[in-house]
Amino acid sequence: MPELSTPTEGREKREARFRETRLTLHILTRNPLSLASIVIFAFLLFLAAFAPWVAPYPDAYKGVPHVEDKYMPPSPEHIFGTDYLGRDILSLIIFGTRLSLLAGFTIVAIAVAIGWPLGVIAGYVGGKVDDIVMRVTDMFLAFPSLVLALVIAFVLGPSLINSMIAISVAWWPWYTRLARADAASLRERTFVEASKAVGLSDGTIMRRHILPNTMAPIVVQATMDLGTAILAEAGLSFLGLGAQPPTPEWGLMISMGRSVTFSAWWYATFPGIFIFITAMAFNLLGDGLREALDPRLRRIRGG
Amino acid sequence: MIVIVGISAITFFLARIAPSDPAALWVGIHARAEQIEKARIELGLDKPLYVQYYIYMRDLIGGDWGISYRTRRPVIEDILSYLPASMELAITGQIIAITIGIPLGVIAASRKDTKIDHASRVLAIAALSIPVFWIGILLQIFFSRTLGILPIEGRLDLGVSMSHPIQEITGFYLIDSLLTGNWIAFTDSLKHIILPAIALASYSTGLSLRMTRSTMIEVLREKYLKTARAFGLPENKVRFKYALKNAIVPTLMVLGISFSWSLTGAFLVEVIFNWPGLGTYVWRAILAVDYPVIVGIAIIAAFIILLTNLILDLAQAWIDPRVRL
Repeated sequence: MPELSTPTEGREKREARFRETRLTLHILTRNPLSLASIVIFAFLLFLAAFAPWVAPYPDAYKGVPHVEDKYMPPSPEHIFGTDYLGRDILSLIIFGTRLSLLAGFTIVAIAVAIGWPLGVIAGYVGGKVDDIVMRVTDMFLAFPSLVLALVIAFVLGPSLINSMIAISVAWWPWYTRLARADAASLRERTFVEASKAVGLSDGTIMRRHILPNTMAPIVVQATMDLGTAILAEAGLSFLGLGAQPPTPEWGLMISMGRSVTFSAWWYATFPGIFIFITAMAFNLLGDGLREALDPRLRRIRGG
Repeated sequence: MIVIVGISAITFFLARIAPSDPAALWVGIHARAEQIEKARIELGLDKPLYVQYYIYMRDLIGGDWGISYRTRRPVIEDILSYLPASMELAITGQIIAITIGIPLGVIAASRKDTKIDHASRVLAIAALSIPVFWIGILLQIFFSRTLGILPIEGRLDLGVSMSHPIQEITGFYLIDSLLTGNWIAFTDSLKHIILPAIALASYSTGLSLRMTRSTMIEVLREKYLKTARAFGLPENKVRFKYALKNAIVPTLMVLGISFSWSLTGAFLVEVIFNWPGLGTYVWRAILAVDYPVIVGIAIIAAFIILLTNLILDLAQAWIDPRVRL
């Protein structure tokens, strides 16, 4: 691989990138909604990381039943009440944060890891490769993604991991589409032609020029999809295709609470609030990121 | 056409990589080895894969989608009998979403960057982030338990279905009861559909609000609207008639996507409200590990989406003369 940039050029590039990141962060934190979503996200991360110390009843997670305390309404001892095993629902929700954040990030990471490079290759190489990749994505996109995820999760057998894989497999084609459109237009740009003229290989051009330049829309989409992924994961668990009892997964908790909706309203209500807040934080963050990364909007609002 | 072949290929592949043996599922848990072997030959599972795929395609096109392990009825019959209930719910939800989302989007766009606009943005994102199955439960708790004004679940009251049975024409209870002048059944089915439809509408409302807002902002900058105003046309007419007409096309496209979402969302909502549609059917099939049903559902869902997109393309060409098919 020919090294083209001299050390000083490298430093300038790093500085430019640093300025860029700082500007993005600056615009992002000036938007109160984005700031709020960052705070919520940090709080959720904190809950997930320190669950055993934050949870008022750390052993709730271990599934030790206190059947004599089952279905206790919210009280000072159990703010969110207790479930069918007498476990403290607040503690379960706090442990559930781990599962939901992990699920969200894993799903999106797998989908991006498959979809993004494929889209870049399809858009940059074009021709037959493009045709084949796009036909395959069309096949996947013909299904409503949640239905496809449902079928795959069903085939793989119900478990948390399988439902995560299923959602990723149903999802990657969206990233392929997104990256392909950008890659195809970048291919015609002068700087790509110049890179070719100086003898860079296609692989290097894709890695060094196309991939980074298609990043912004992917990052925005991925952030918003974190929320959707958590919703989808909860949905599959709700249908019995995800985490299995007694795992403290939020969607599963709602599903368990459904059978006692009227006698123990708190069981389904509180986990739902957490799904809602988490999904909303990611959606707001994605929305703010789009504004911060969009050069057109930047000129109007940016500092 | 390629899409249809693709759909069938994916579903065939999924059904074959399944870790569990379809023949064993077919005869049940207590079957002996030779019974399983017999079932395998009966189901054609002993033949090479390409022969199996050929048979599968032939049956699929011929309308033979296999037999449900649970109900022991042809899957296609089951699906067609549950489909109208799901469609009725999904379409009602979609109508609610449009009637709320589009006007709010227009208002937000014409008051861009004001408090109203910011509030609508938060509202839209909130609507997109609510788990449908959770909002369904909350609606049940509030309207059925606390207020006691709307039924908890089902599609029609048992008593009403006995005293004023609905004559099935389209399979949509609201339309059928209206056509036959069956007012008691109409009001009863209306009462039953309100809560699930509202729960379902939340996501699509958010989507159509955002989409209408962003396209309206683009359209409102156009010069022809300035001309319309210069002619002294009332502002509301300019916005809702001339501007909206151009903004509605991209919104329609999004509604196509959101309809596919609505249909899957309906699956979750149906389970909550015990609505006798595809969702409840799928849910029972999941619990019973009923393969042909799950695969059949995936195919029918893909078909519905295909059809929706076709209809939307036609609608787009009809609204917007610039589009040629």
